[in-house]
Amino acid sequence: MTESKADSKAGSKAGSKTGWPLYEVFVRPRRGLNHVHVGSLHAADDRMALLAARDLYTRRNEGVSLWVVRSDAITASTPDERDPFFEPSGDKVYRHPTFYDIPEDVPHI
Amino acid sequence: MVTAEVAEAVPDRTAEERFEAVVAAEQRIEPRDWMPDAYRATLIRQIAQHAHSEIIGMQPEGNWLTRAPSLRRKAILLAKAQDEAGHGLYLYAAAETLGVDRAELTEKLISGRQKYSSIFNYPTLTFADVGVIGWLVDGAAICNQVPLCRCSYGPYARAMVRICKEESFHQRQGYELLMTLMRGTEAQRRMVQDAVDRWWWPSLMMFGPSDAESPNTARSMAWRIKRHTNDELRQRFVDMTVPQAQHLGVTLPDPELRWNEERGGWDFGEPDWSELTRVIHGQGPCNTQRVERRRAAHEDGAWVREAAVAYAAKRAAEQPHTEEENGK
Amino acid sequence: MQHRTASTTEDDHVYLSLAESDSGPEGEGRWAYGTGFADPLLGVDTALPPGLDGDDLAAYCLMLGDDALVLAQRLIEWCTRAPELEEEVALANLGLDLLGQARLLLTRAGQADGTGRTEDDLAYWREDHEFRNVRLVETPNGDFAYSIARLLLFATARGALYEALAAHPDPVLAAVAARGVKELAYHREYATAWTLRLGDGTPYSAQRMQAGLDAVWPLLEELFTAHPVELRAGVDPARLREPVLRSLGAVLAEAGLTVPDVPPLAPVLGRAGRHGVHTEALGPLLAELQVVARAHPGATW
Repeated sequence: MTESKADSKAGSKAGSKTGWPLYEVFVRPRRGLNHVHVGSLHAADDRMALLAARDLYTRRNEGVSLWVVRSDAITASTPDERDPFFEPSGDKVYRHPTFYDIPEDVPHI
Repeated sequence: MVTAEVAEAVPDRTAEERFEAVVAAEQRIEPRDWMPDAYRATLIRQIAQHAHSEIIGMQPEGNWLTRAPSLRRKAILLAKAQDEAGHGLYLYAAAETLGVDRAELTEKLISGRQKYSSIFNYPTLTFADVGVIGWLVDGAAICNQVPLCRCSYGPYARAMVRICKEESFHQRQGYELLMTLMRGTEAQRRMVQDAVDRWWWPSLMMFGPSDAESPNTARSMAWRIKRHTNDELRQRFVDMTVPQAQHLGVTLPDPELRWNEERGGWDFGEPDWSELTRVIHGQGPCNTQRVERRRAAHEDGAWVREAAVAYAAKRAAEQPHTEEENGK
Repeated sequence: MQHRTASTTEDDHVYLSLAESDSGPEGEGRWAYGTGFADPLLGVDTALPPGLDGDDLAAYCLMLGDDALVLAQRLIEWCTRAPELEEEVALANLGLDLLGQARLLLTRAGQADGTGRTEDDLAYWREDHEFRNVRLVETPNGDFAYSIARLLLFATARGALYEALAAHPDPVLAAVAARGVKELAYHREYATAWTLRLGDGTPYSAQRMQAGLDAVWPLLEELFTAHPVELRAGVDPARLREPVLRSLGAVLAEAGLTVPDVPPLAPVLGRAGRHGVHTEALGPLLAELQVVARAHPGATW
């Protein structure tokens, strides 16, 4: 739901002197699906983060598996890298199956 | 990172234009995007106030948890109070993506430097108040919050989607409780009417002062943080609530309430804005006790939180230095 | 007062727009909002099996149900007072689990003794001396350390008991116990984790944790002391003493805490909670729990 603090401009402040460090929570909603980022929480240690994630993010049967990771352990791309990172794949139309014309009467392809 | 900071330090025309374009296109601003300082500050203030409201809002209903008159109602109320803690957590996390720390925000709450919704500065005097809070207060909150699901700031919008879904259970359980009480004894029906009489006007004031008195509305609307004016939302709430009150069989305490055929909405009286001003300035019936309870919990818990940090540090010190091993 | 008519937008009907947000890339699937709420008694035959004494089964279910109800009430008192917001959510979950167990067990008691009393009849209309909970669950919360110590003792012992009761001849009690095993395992993990953090945290927290254990330990023995009903209708709690003490000892050792060397809290004329003889703390707890219900006899909530 919310982005990691590592994803904010003050990411370096994660785990301040006064509070517990921030963790990001990922839930696998059911078997066969990926873990999806659902939000964050504060915990003093990994196990506490896992238990708190269970209590906070799966109290309505939302999941079958949980990951938690310290927010400051996430390396994220920056908005300024958006163009060099993501533009180059925009013109590689030949990577998409619809690029190729196949006669309609050819089966199973 | 370096370029991002430069882009923020210098008023960068391109970055600002990009921000404006994203907002105008109904897309979302994400945490690492450039944003105007005032946009960031507005969001931090609004989200923090919203988070504080969820946490302080646990108190008036929590007041009846130990006395709930059936085990089913006790379980429902406990689940609801728990959701409110959860909503506070989602919102504090959204605020933290803007570069503030939850501990700072908590400090500001308990030192009175940040506000929460004034509605929670009223006392809950009977168990019917639990139902009326669900119906009116959560109903008003939903009117306010549903448009926020499309707020231009991504983390806030996503938090609101989750909160609104959960909150709809809150409003419905409140209304269902009131329906049960209205079908009950004469004393129960009197409790409901008394609670409606006490909570109606404060609920209307939850939408804030009228548009003419709300200087920040225009800017927040331009930024797509706010979608509708205070008066629009208040009108929507009244239009939604009046038929529900009729169905319930309670009277809303407003002699000016009447259907306006011409514009297809309910006309209603003017809330006592001087009362809202007094409550905002700390002179409501419960301001002191609400903040005091939150402060006491936070301060009494300090040794527990510190112990957890100390324990984690000891365990971390025991760990072999896996980074070095992995580096090989 | 003249108001503008609210503009027509997708926000006009709140539930409609909530439904709308379910579709699309940011919709329901994204939040994986669960739906499957299983009735723990789904498919369980509630008829009393032949050969079981209904009164004994009812009395036994009351004992276990009262334990769960009274401890839930104490956990609920933590609401808005927890040391951190994440713990608010956690403590409420524990309370909800216990409340759920209490409701099933009290309902079963009312079925088994043939009186047809409901969970609320039993929770709200019995007197102090009719409550059969152990005294461990009724003492005031104290500080976070005391509450954690109590929870550790209770969850360890009750988890072990439910494991044994999952094979009980009464299918309802067996189903409640089977579900309770999982819930109590989580409660125990939660209490264990906090016992370690407080016991091996700061010098101050270690002192508080030890004090909490010392204060609660005299109430432990009652969990292992059999009432005749327990021997006839359930599991002899004396069987739990050795495994529970071993498990607790391991946790305390890891936390650097000392197993308290204190005598058990004395009964009155040989009687304690299971006989309806309680501490002074139960009366006020029940007075608060029951006050609204009793002010409105015959009312429905």
